Amino acid sequence: MKKFDKDRLLLAIAGPLLALVSAFVLTMIVLAATGINPIEPLRIMVENGGYEDVQILIVNQAGTYYLAALAVAIGFRMNLFNIGVDGQYRLAAMISAVVGGAIALPGPLHILLIVVVAMLTGAFWAGIAGVLKAKRGVSEVVSTIMLNAIATSLIAWLILPKNLGVQVEGSNDLTTGEIAQSGWFPALSMGDSGEIYGFTFIAFALGVVYWFVLNRTRFGFDLRASGASESAAAASGVDSKKMIITAMLISGAVAGLSGMPVLLGESHTYTLVFPVGVGFTGITIALLGRNSPVGIFFAALLMAFIDKASAGLDTAGYAKEIGTIMKGLIVIAVVVSYELIRRYGIRRQQQKVGEELAAGHAMKTEKEVAA
Amino acid sequence: MTTWPYWPRVFTSDSATRVEASWTRYFHSPPCPPCLPLLSRQGECVINASSPPPAVELHGITKRFPGVVANKDIAITVRKGTVHALIGENGAGKSTLMKILYGMQKPDEGTIAIDGEQVAFNTPGDAIARGIGMVHQHFMLADNLTVLENVVLGGEKLYGIGAKARKKIMEISDAYGLGVRPDALVEDLGVADRQRVEILKVLYRGAKILILDEPTAVLVPQEVDALFDNLRELKSEGLTVIFISHKLGEVLKVADDITVIRRGTTVGTADPRTATPKQLAELMVGAELPSPETRESTVTDVPMLQVAGLTVAAGGAVVAEPEVLVPAAPADSSTHEVVEAGRLLLDDVSLTIHKGEILGIAGVEGNGQTELIEALMGMMAPDAGVITLDGADITKMSVRKRREGGIGYIPEDRHRHGLLLESPLWENRILGHVTEAPNSKKGILDPKAARKDTERIVREYDVRTPGIDVTAASLSGGNQQKLIVGREMSHNPKFLIAAHPTRGVDVGAQAQIWDAIREARREGLAVLLISADLDELIGLSDTLRVIYRGRLVADADPATVTPEELGTAMTGAASGHLEATDNHSAAADGDTTEDEAR
Repeated sequence: MKKFDKDRLLLAIAGPLLALVSAFVLTMIVLAATGINPIEPLRIMVENGGYEDVQILIVNQAGTYYLAALAVAIGFRMNLFNIGVDGQYRLAAMISAVVGGAIALPGPLHILLIVVVAMLTGAFWAGIAGVLKAKRGVSEVVSTIMLNAIATSLIAWLILPKNLGVQVEGSNDLTTGEIAQSGWFPALSMGDSGEIYGFTFIAFALGVVYWFVLNRTRFGFDLRASGASESAAAASGVDSKKMIITAMLISGAVAGLSGMPVLLGESHTYTLVFPVGVGFTGITIALLGRNSPVGIFFAALLMAFIDKASAGLDTAGYAKEIGTIMKGLIVIAVVVSYELIRRYGIRRQQQKVGEELAAGHAMKTEKEVAA
Repeated sequence: MTTWPYWPRVFTSDSATRVEASWTRYFHSPPCPPCLPLLSRQGECVINASSPPPAVELHGITKRFPGVVANKDIAITVRKGTVHALIGENGAGKSTLMKILYGMQKPDEGTIAIDGEQVAFNTPGDAIARGIGMVHQHFMLADNLTVLENVVLGGEKLYGIGAKARKKIMEISDAYGLGVRPDALVEDLGVADRQRVEILKVLYRGAKILILDEPTAVLVPQEVDALFDNLRELKSEGLTVIFISHKLGEVLKVADDITVIRRGTTVGTADPRTATPKQLAELMVGAELPSPETRESTVTDVPMLQVAGLTVAAGGAVVAEPEVLVPAAPADSSTHEVVEAGRLLLDDVSLTIHKGEILGIAGVEGNGQTELIEALMGMMAPDAGVITLDGADITKMSVRKRREGGIGYIPEDRHRHGLLLESPLWENRILGHVTEAPNSKKGILDPKAARKDTERIVREYDVRTPGIDVTAASLSGGNQQKLIVGREMSHNPKFLIAAHPTRGVDVGAQAQIWDAIREARREGLAVLLISADLDELIGLSDTLRVIYRGRLVADADPATVTPEELGTAMTGAASGHLEATDNHSAAADGDTTEDEAR
């Protein structure tokens, strides 16, 4: 039995390893094919990653990515593809910034209010897709993509000064107004190099909650069963409509949290320059991390590293878009290599079980003959 | 639940000889000289020496899959111009064998000879070139094309796609009495017509040897008779038909020779003129048929499950999965595809099952069994009717509440409804009982207890597995089923729905599952048994009902009824109370409400 566990662990590591190695090799081929030195940009990125201030940027970015990826992973675990994390996250960040800026409460309560509003907004936005799927059979892929577009327009309209927005003096940028200091999340200072957002630690702690809920609660079991086989789950007593809506609500609530590290830790207001695409990177990370909280942690760090370390490529005379290419290739490599490893694993296990049974079986018959 | 130490472990070649020996007991006098069930050590069938070279001769065919030997040392000889039936239980290896003959799979060992000439097929194309055609159980037709277009599809080079092809189709259709209309749209055709198109398709490609895989599974009785007329027509024109089935009555009606397959190997041949269904059944399952004589009744007067006026209409039913518009039906009940919306899938079904009673439902698949199960489980909301379990109305209860309330469920399709194939065994043990001990406490799972209990189930129900961390997919069908039975029995159900509990299960496991059900019945369990295996139904049930087109049309006493009588009622030809001695007045219109009142 132990042997099967070891096998599974080896296969679990083999997938990402195969994906990453092939993605990096492919990146180098792309670079070489376009006449660029294939090694140098990668070397510069690794060198950049060695600086402490870049490392802090990476950790902070990873916290945001981690939350977005958890949101995607919750959907994945029950076969729901929540592509709308990006819209849910931006809308949640904006609404919570508006509420946080308008109301001032003492310390922790203020932060709590902002966080709860963000979760509710994200859950609401994802819940629309959930209800549509449960009641009308609308594919969540389509509805969440459309909700992303709607969220973009809605935010653009809401942030107009005549609505909820505030125009900063002497600037064209629109914001939602500064959140009072009581709503700032304390950060971990790293001296001159910068500070790590406090909410980053909450993000990583949520990974533990995610693991516990999915693997140790009835609800988590029902959710995973629905993802593994909807028909078997229904026969086992899972109300599939309720499960779709619940999973989307939770996924959206976590997506809503993705904006919190930046909002509570640095910007303290929502502006039009809030990062776009976090939700999509979250999909890549959830895929690469195989929906496991530990896998997602490392995948989030890797993606944050590619982001932040490639930013400096411009100054060395290389296009920083090399990082984007790398991220894209990782997605392709992940999908292909995981499927290969999965099929190999199933075949291998069936063979092993067959062999073991044949061996054990021979022993039993001998006994029987003797008896 | 006690352990089962006494299972006959009939797996190895030496035990196979023992089973052979046991079967000869049932054939004291060989049925007929030319086709007597002779088995030499090689398992060869002895046929008349003066015959022309046989159309198909399979010798020593062995095919292994990871973990299973699907075919072992198979020997079959099919005479030219005959209908040769290949019978065996589900999972006996018939389909694998035919896939080998049709070139879809390569045998690990053994030889295939067509018309006396040895051949090796790599693809179905090779088999077609040698005149072999296969009519699959699931039709492979394009609905939105006409019959003509479907027939020429992929065979355009033979006779073109125009007038010449049409002429050829009409020629074949007339020659064999198929009555095919080349310009009809396939989507407008019924199941039987579609089947004829499939047969025409293979004839069009020049097939001289036709393989029909369970052709009657989807047909109603009259259609079966029509099909058999077609087969006789084909035979008289010199074609050879290999007919796969597990329905013994049909086989005896149409076949010239019968070969029986059990657990992947040929165990004998029989002459349809002299063999009885019982003899064939015993050949099929070994000498392990349940014997109705030794059964003691445990039926009490206490009703456990009462169903009154249960009605489900096609199309109007609320289905659990929103994107699946067709009710979750097993893939092989393709009759659903032609069911028009509004037709009653269950029509005023009423029944009572008492404590300690096994009520068997006989019926051709697709006559409402799936809907009955799903309505009882709560997976489908009925349009009318009341379901009462142990005195409590459960009609509106959710699946989970019903399961917690003591309904056990052995699903008809274990892969779709009973297991998470890619999850480990211990998680599969939790499935369906996640809210119950020992799987969880106050909403929190208890993997340690669940694992321990899985080990107990594996031990007590003899699930052959190297451990509880392997995925359910890596177990054989019989072992998966034993795990499901063990799981359902572990929660002391009051009422068990057992749908085809031994389908595709090897003989040893079959006896174990039967014993588990019998033992629970002794302790007061009420069981609804749905099975296509009439011997299983008669052997296990205390009361029998026949379902036909969604209605319970007949009832019978399993102590006196024969499979033939049941079979007649299953086709709608008989109704009321089935009794050979006939001291009851058989209600002609099949209304069973009187029987309800008993």
